[in-house]
Amino acid sequence: MSHKELVVSALENGTVLDHIPAEYVYKALDLLDLKDVESQITIGINLASKLHGKKGIIKIADKFFEDEDLNKLALIAPKATVNVIRDFKVVEKKTLETPAEVIGIARCKNPKCVTNHQPIKTKFATIQDNDKISLKCHYCEKISSIKHAL
Amino acid sequence: MAKSLISIRDFTKEEILHVLETAREFEQNREQKFLEGKVIASLFFEPSTRTRLSFETAINRLGAKVIGFSDATNTSQSKGETLKDTIKMVDNYVDMIVMRHPLEGSSRYASEVARVPVVNAGDGANQHPSQTLLDLYSILQTQGTLEGLTINMVGDLKYGRTTHSLLQAMSHFNPKFVFTAPEELKMPREYKDFLDKSGIEYIETDSLDAYLNDCDILYMTRVQQERFTDPMEYERVKDVYTLNAAMLENVRDNMKILHPLPRVTEIDQDVDETKYAYYFKQAENGLYVRMAIISYLLGYRPLK
Repeated sequence: MSHKELVVSALENGTVLDHIPAEYVYKALDLLDLKDVESQITIGINLASKLHGKKGIIKIADKFFEDEDLNKLALIAPKATVNVIRDFKVVEKKTLETPAEVIGIARCKNPKCVTNHQPIKTKFATIQDNDKISLKCHYCEKISSIKHAL
Repeated sequence: MAKSLISIRDFTKEEILHVLETAREFEQNREQKFLEGKVIASLFFEPSTRTRLSFETAINRLGAKVIGFSDATNTSQSKGETLKDTIKMVDNYVDMIVMRHPLEGSSRYASEVARVPVVNAGDGANQHPSQTLLDLYSILQTQGTLEGLTINMVGDLKYGRTTHSLLQAMSHFNPKFVFTAPEELKMPREYKDFLDKSGIEYIETDSLDAYLNDCDILYMTRVQQERFTDPMEYERVKDVYTLNAAMLENVRDNMKILHPLPRVTEIDQDVDETKYAYYFKQAENGLYVRMAIISYLLGYRPLK
């Protein structure tokens, strides 16, 4: 058994989200709306990673996601990997695609934006500049960084 | 959803040129009452004299009736009604909504809630597309073309929405830009990125004299106190540029001075009498351009 498997125990069925930047693990739980999930969730933060220095990992037992939901993760963790586990085996590996639009989950950083004063569902276009993703508000047209908006 | 005008980028180059062409028609003949029987709402949630009078005159000259308000304090918004409900209610009564609102993005939202066309007459510091179209019309009328001109924008280029929208609209026409602003009020990065991506040249300076003699359009702006969050910053920059007649000795013969008005100290009164001053005529042009916008959006002057 390798060292890594000792740190985070194996999953029989479910989804493993790996290579999440350590500081975004809580945000990832939020984005995937895992608060009310009843099955076992294992969370690792500040694990050693060859790629990122320190990474986070989330293992959710008996839970499988739609691509649309997983892709929200790309906003904070574009290099995250998703492994779908069935019967202790990885049956599918997914990479994330940045969604073109972000609806409802982000907040505009512009204090004068109408979405911060009226009951309106927010809507952003994602702008990708090299590795950096930012959000352009559909209403006030201002650009918010991911850190500010999520 | 009807065709609305919220941001200048909602109009293609073809549509921009069509509206300017239509404005010319109204300048030649402003007595055309083909909107008789129509009702247009003029909803000014934030006070504005110039823009509101210009829109309401345009509506009247086209023969339509105006309903609305010029101040939100006496409306049900002050009782806590949502913007959505106010728009929904007015939408049932009218053929078009012209609105100004202090919140940015409010007009876009209204256009998604309303069934009739919405014209944005200013949403906070965001967009004011009818101003942009009248600026373009003024440039076209004074220069005979929109192509290949050098435009020197002066003053508050950071908060001034008119310069941002004009820059976006002019990008269709191979312009060159000079941005004359103090360090605190420089053109924001995102607009310079946009120009870089579009391959459009620009020069930045903090000296009004530096490129005064090398432009076709001198676009002066007021430093707007209401846009500043830091009063100290406002005090430092409010009187940074003042243009007077003596400075105009060596400017290009075709050069015209534009200003969205109101002006404060940035253009001396002695400039008004020179042949370069165009800002009062520019304000008049707003009437023809707004008549054109309304006629186009209501389908009376469709694209050919």
